[in-house]
Amino acid sequence: MFNIAGKRFLFLAISVILILISIVALVVFGLQPGIEFSSGSMLTLGFEQEVEQSELKAELVNLGYSDVILQRTGTGDFFIRIPELTTEEKTALEEDLSARFGPLTEREFNSVSSMVAAETVHNAAIAVGVAAVGILLYITWAFRKMPKPFHYGTCAVIALVHDVLVVLGIFCILGAILGWEINLMFITGILAIIGYSVNNIVVVFDRIRENVRRGVSPDFEFVVNSSIVETLSRQLNTSLTTIIVVLALLLFVGASIQNFAIVLLIGIIVGTFDSICIAPTLLVVWDRGEWGRLISLRRAKAKEA
Amino acid sequence: MAKRNTIVFFILLALFAFAVCAIIYPMFGREELRLGLDLQGGVHLVYQADFSDIEPGTEADAIEGAIAVIERRINVLGVTEPLIQKQGSDRIVVELPGVSEVEKAKSLIGETALLEFREQGVDEEGNAAWVPATATIDGEEKTLTSGYFKENTYVGQNSLGAILLYFEWDEEGSQICGEVTGRLIGQPLAIFLSGEPLLGDDGQPIAPIVQSVITDRGQIEGLSLNEATELSQLLNAGRIPVPLTPVYEQTVSPTLGADFVGMSLKAGLIGIILVMLFMIIYYRLPGALASLALIFYGAVVLAVFKLIPVTLTLAGIGGFVLSIGMAVDANVLIFERMKEEFATGRTLGAAIEAGFNRAWTAIRDSNVTTAIVCVILIWLGSSVVESAPVTGFAVTLLIGVLVSMFSAIIVTRTLLRLFIGTSLAKKTSLFSAHREKK
Repeated sequence: MFNIAGKRFLFLAISVILILISIVALVVFGLQPGIEFSSGSMLTLGFEQEVEQSELKAELVNLGYSDVILQRTGTGDFFIRIPELTTEEKTALEEDLSARFGPLTEREFNSVSSMVAAETVHNAAIAVGVAAVGILLYITWAFRKMPKPFHYGTCAVIALVHDVLVVLGIFCILGAILGWEINLMFITGILAIIGYSVNNIVVVFDRIRENVRRGVSPDFEFVVNSSIVETLSRQLNTSLTTIIVVLALLLFVGASIQNFAIVLLIGIIVGTFDSICIAPTLLVVWDRGEWGRLISLRRAKAKEA
Repeated sequence: MAKRNTIVFFILLALFAFAVCAIIYPMFGREELRLGLDLQGGVHLVYQADFSDIEPGTEADAIEGAIAVIERRINVLGVTEPLIQKQGSDRIVVELPGVSEVEKAKSLIGETALLEFREQGVDEEGNAAWVPATATIDGEEKTLTSGYFKENTYVGQNSLGAILLYFEWDEEGSQICGEVTGRLIGQPLAIFLSGEPLLGDDGQPIAPIVQSVITDRGQIEGLSLNEATELSQLLNAGRIPVPLTPVYEQTVSPTLGADFVGMSLKAGLIGIILVMLFMIIYYRLPGALASLALIFYGAVVLAVFKLIPVTLTLAGIGGFVLSIGMAVDANVLIFERMKEEFATGRTLGAAIEAGFNRAWTAIRDSNVTTAIVCVILIWLGSSVVESAPVTGFAVTLLIGVLVSMFSAIIVTRTLLRLFIGTSLAKKTSLFSAHREKK
C-alpha cells in the first residue's frame, strides 16, 4: 500500500514551493488583464486578401493607434486589442484599413468602459470569496458528526486556495511568455476549478468519515492514508475523463474558449494532486498539531531559495 | 424486486424517448435550442442611464419608459426575439440576435428623435444663425419641438406626388405653434433633428416659409419616402426620457457564431465518445451500461436546455462539456466501490447494491458543493454587465450536475439490476471484478 499520508511533509514542501513560485510570478509578471478588467476594445477582422501582420501593425501605428496588440487567429483572421473605440472611430478605422488592404469583414467587436471593468473585478473577487465561505460552511455541516468538523472545511478551502494560486501563477508565466490575457472566460474557468476540486476533496473526506466511523484504526494517520489509497483510482479516473473532454474542447473549439480550457486543464491536474496529497494530509498535520514543523520547513526552504 | 426494476426500466425508456422527441421536434412552442448571441451572431449592448436631470424618485419610471421606447424602435428593425431589459437600477441591456445592420440598430437606439423648429436669428456672437423658435405660454418660455406632437404621425402623398409627413400638435403644442407661426408669417421655419438641420431629398435643409397661423396640425415636405417613414416611426415611438451612454458592446458576426456551434458540437461528440471508450475498456460491462446512461444523460440535458429554455452560449457549452466528464464521476465512484465490495467476498448482486449505497454520501456531498458554487455564480452573473459567460456556464453545469446524479444512480442501477439475473452475471471478468487473493 502506498504511504501518502506518511510522506505528507514532502508533498506539503512541494506545495509550498509551488505557492512561492506562483506568488513570485504574480509579483514579478502579474496577470495581463483583458479588456473586461482594464477597459478597451477588441476587434476581430477578416481580410479577403492576404495581409501580413507586420504591415497591419505598421498601418495601425500610422493611423495613430500605437497602443495595440495584434494576434493572428487560427482561421487567419486578425484579433486587434485597442484602447476603447466609439462607433464612429471604429467605422473610420475599418474604412481606413479597407482602403489600404481591400475588403474586410468584422467578425467580432467588443468594447468595455472603465466603469464596467472595475465592477467586473470587484464582483469576481466577491464571487470567489462567497464561494469559499459557502464551501467551508457546507463541508463543516456535512462533517458535523465527526470530531473537529471545522478542520475538514478549512483544509478543503486551503487546498482550493492553493489550487487557484498555482493556476494564477502559471497563467502569469504564460501571460509573460505568450501574451495571454485574462478575461471573463478565465474567471469562469477559475470558478469551475473551485467547483471541480472541491468535488474531489469531498470524495476523500467522505471516505475518511466512513473509515473513522467504522473504526478501521485508532491511528488517524493510518485511517487517512487508507482513505486516500482506496479512493485513488476514482480520483485518477474521473480526472482522466474530465481531461479528455477538456482536451476535446481545447482542440476543436480553440481560440475563444482557450483560456477557459487551459485553466481547467491546469486546474484539474493541480486539483487532483491537491485532493490526494494536500487536503487529507493537512488534516493529519492539524490533528497532530504539526503546524510548527510546517513553518520551520518553509523557513528552511526559503533559506535554500 | 425484479418486477419493480423492469417497470422503472420502461419508465426510463419512455423518458429517454420523450427527451429525444423534445430535441428533434418542436414541443411546447419551442422550435429549437436557444442560442446565445456569441453562437448565432448579433449585438449585445449595455447602456448606462444618467439620472442627473431626472427628478429624484422617478428614476425607475424613466428607465421603464426608456425600455418601452427602445422596444418600439427595435420593432421598426424587425429583429426576431430582441431582448431589452433593465439591469440593476440604472442600466439597460439590449440584445439583438442575428442583426446584420448593427450600426443602424445602434443609431436607432441612440437617436434622440426630437425635432426642433428654429427661426432665423443671431447667435451669441452676433452672426446670422438658426435659433430655437419659442413662445411664451403662461409666463413660461417654451421651445417648439416634436415633444408636443401627438404620437400618431404618418406618411402620405399630396396630389402632386410629394411625400408628406403629417403630424398633429397636442394642446400645449397648438398654443406654442399658433404663437410662433403668427409671429413668423412670411419667414422660413427650419427643422432640426438632434441639433442638425433636417435635410430634404435634394440635400437642402427643410425650411418652409410660414404661410398662415398653424395651430392643430401640420406636415413636413421634402423628405424621401424612406426617411419620412423612419422619422415617423421614431416620432411615434416616443422620446427616451433619460440620457443613455453605451458602456459595453459585443458584436459577433453570424458566420463566426455558426462556426462556434459546429466546433462545439464536434468537441462535445468526440468528448462523449472518448469517455465512453474509456469507461468500456476500464470497467467492461458496467462501463458499457454507464455509457448508455451517458447517452441518456446527454439527451435529457439537451431536452431540459430546450424546454426551459436555457440560452446556450459558448461558455455554456463549456459547462455542458465539462459536465460530461463529471457525469461519469458518480458511476466511477460506484463501480470502484462495487469492485471493493466484490473483492471482500460478496456476491455480485450484493456488491452492486452495496456499491450504490456506500457511494451515495460521497456523490451527494461532492455534487452539493459543486451546486453551491454554481448557484453563487448564477447570483454573481446577474450583477455583472457582461453576464453571459459566467451565468451560461453556471446554469448548464448546475443542470448537468443534477441530471448526472439522476442518470448515474437511477439509470445505471436499473440497467445493472437487469443483468444480475442473466447468465452474463456469472462471468465476473465482464465486471472486471476480482476476489482478493489471500
